Amino acid sequence: MQKTVEKFSVLYLQILMGNGECDEKDMPYLSKRQIQEIYFFMVLARKLDERMLNLQRQGRIGTFAPSKGQEASSVGSAYALEPKDWIIPSFREIGGLLVRGMPIDQYLLYYAGDERGSNLPKGINIFPTSIPVGTQPAHAVGFAIAARMKKENLVVITYFGDGGTSEGDFHEAMNFAGIFFAPVVFICQNNQYAISVPRSKQTRASTIAQKAISYGFPGIQVDGNDVFAVYKATLDAVKRARDGNGPTFIECVTYRLGDHTTADDASKYRQQKEVDEWSKKDPILRLRKYLENMKMWSAKEEDALLKDIAEKIESAVKSMENKEPPCVDDMFKFMYEKMPWYLQEQLSSLKERTSEGE
Amino acid sequence: MVSALNQALFCEMELDENIVVLGEDVGIDGGVFRVTEGLWQRFGSERIIDTPLGESGIVGVAIGMAAYGLRPVVEIQFSGFSYPAFDQLISHASRLRNRSRGRFSCPLVVRTPYGGGVRALEHHSESMEALYAHVPGLKVVIPSGPYDAKGLLSSAIRDPDPVIFYEPKRVYRAIKEEVPEKAYTIPIGEAKVIQNGNDVTIISWGAMIRECKEAIDKIDASAELIDIRTLKPLDFKTILNSVKKTGRVVIVHEAPRTGGFGAEIASLIAEHGLLHLEAPIMRVTGFDTIFPLAKLEKSYLPDERITAGIKKVLEF
Ligand SMILES: Cc1ncc(C[n+]2csc(CCOP(=O)(O)OP(=O)(O)O)c2C)c(N)n1
Repeated sequence: MQKTVEKFSVLYLQILMGNGECDEKDMPYLSKRQIQEIYFFMVLARKLDERMLNLQRQGRIGTFAPSKGQEASSVGSAYALEPKDWIIPSFREIGGLLVRGMPIDQYLLYYAGDERGSNLPKGINIFPTSIPVGTQPAHAVGFAIAARMKKENLVVITYFGDGGTSEGDFHEAMNFAGIFFAPVVFICQNNQYAISVPRSKQTRASTIAQKAISYGFPGIQVDGNDVFAVYKATLDAVKRARDGNGPTFIECVTYRLGDHTTADDASKYRQQKEVDEWSKKDPILRLRKYLENMKMWSAKEEDALLKDIAEKIESAVKSMENKEPPCVDDMFKFMYEKMPWYLQEQLSSLKERTSEGE
Repeated sequence: MVSALNQALFCEMELDENIVVLGEDVGIDGGVFRVTEGLWQRFGSERIIDTPLGESGIVGVAIGMAAYGLRPVVEIQFSGFSYPAFDQLISHASRLRNRSRGRFSCPLVVRTPYGGGVRALEHHSESMEALYAHVPGLKVVIPSGPYDAKGLLSSAIRDPDPVIFYEPKRVYRAIKEEVPEKAYTIPIGEAKVIQNGNDVTIISWGAMIRECKEAIDKIDASAELIDIRTLKPLDFKTILNSVKKTGRVVIVHEAPRTGGFGAEIASLIAEHGLLHLEAPIMRVTGFDTIFPLAKLEKSYLPDERITAGIKKVLEF
């Protein structure tokens, strides 16, 4: 005897079309002010990215991973959170971090090679940047289980790329989330590349979203350049998690318009034509068209917004550059709660040397 | 060094069709440091394999390939990302020969850039060779310049057992040396006396060799500089001969101090050469801290601390 014991399908969600028109049926409720705020964060992320590229070229900050083109994925998802919720990020979500209150000067400081940039003020629910790919989703699961044990009704959202879904740790995190029904939302920013390796070489599966199904929870694919679709999918997932209905996986189909990092040259492995095609789907342009179509935005407002953003960024750059240099204690202070004898010895020998050098 | 390594791969792959290269971005991109540049164009995607982003999978698959008769050369993009594969290396690569009582072997090379001094992001600067040197069944090789890099990589590829090949990225493009075009080998397990001297023995490896040379130039004494080149198996004879001559030892590594490979060398000297010593053994190392971000990395890495260490040992 043979029979089908399970069947699966994967939903795809798009709300905002390329021409700025939107599918009213799926459109989540957002006030005019909220939509303008979403637009603000997306443009802020883009402008910060541009400014950072420029600072990096001048040697004023170090290597970083630009997020140009992915603003809808990170802003749209983070915007669906409540203040008490948490983000467990990787390294390409500046948009989402800004939504959650990441101070720009601290972000810059970190990329200028100063650890103090990672010490976020209490109340900003962002876990530190995680560079080892695919490792942090497990932390999100643990965070979420712990919060549930403490009867705090919060949701944890974690970000990673398409490449990240090839790491073993990612799969273990997904499995744990399914087993323990953790209030976690997994956001995969499928930007089509892991450095030079295209999405098609990361998995034989036709969608990344379907990975969730094998762990026993829903996975949905959304147009990652459509901020309304990302927002709606995340809002639904957050609600599920908050209501005790377990994890959700969201694959945001987007595109990395820039290089992988400032140390990369994407023209080595992809065609300009492809980049041009995706540029037409720019998430910011699309939202702007919507705002204009809906008569929610004027040239005057755009000018004011750009001016405001430029001021915010410049003042953060100043604050980053005016920061006094870190002292060597910073290297030792946070190794343990109490500094053991050998670190004390190492630190004082280093300090002796530095003061001799002066 | 990048082009010397690249040449070693080219030469060896021309000579032995069983050699395959696996790693993240090793194909069309030529590796993020360009060590595999041009290989994909020459040898095709069956032998130059762009893998999914999973280090454990890369090394695990390479172990299977090695056991079945291929000679895989794995690139782990940065040594800081080798840990997902640690289990495969410790639990399998290092044990296959022993476990199968010699029926299987694991002729695998894991190449990976290590070390600081390049103002990198977190996890891109550390030096964890001692972890690998601690594992029974692995060999650990670290070249310090282009000539050695090519010869040692060829040897590693031809070696019948698993070799961790740690590449000092700080000097990837910083040292120029004549490198023969043809394939040649430098034996694994042989140290090199870079400079002869009578007053003090300086022992180091990798990127720190250059720093040691600079430090020696600043002191007024006859220093003998030994580049161990292979941590495991260590050429202790060369070290002991030198210690017998000088009676004074400085060991330099950028890796953290506690449990660093310097400790192993120091205890070997204590076991076999104590009576030749005229001063306590000195270690100049990185600190027992997380490798800091760019702004503090100069304070972390041994630099003028090497000169100071040598002076102290000489003055004892
Ligand atoms: C465990 C691990 N392996 C390798 C790297 C080097 N690396 C950094 S980013 C990256 C590609 C990541 O691709 P993806 O997960 O798709 O995210 P994206 O960078 O495209 O946002 C690689 C290979 C790393 N950081 N961590």
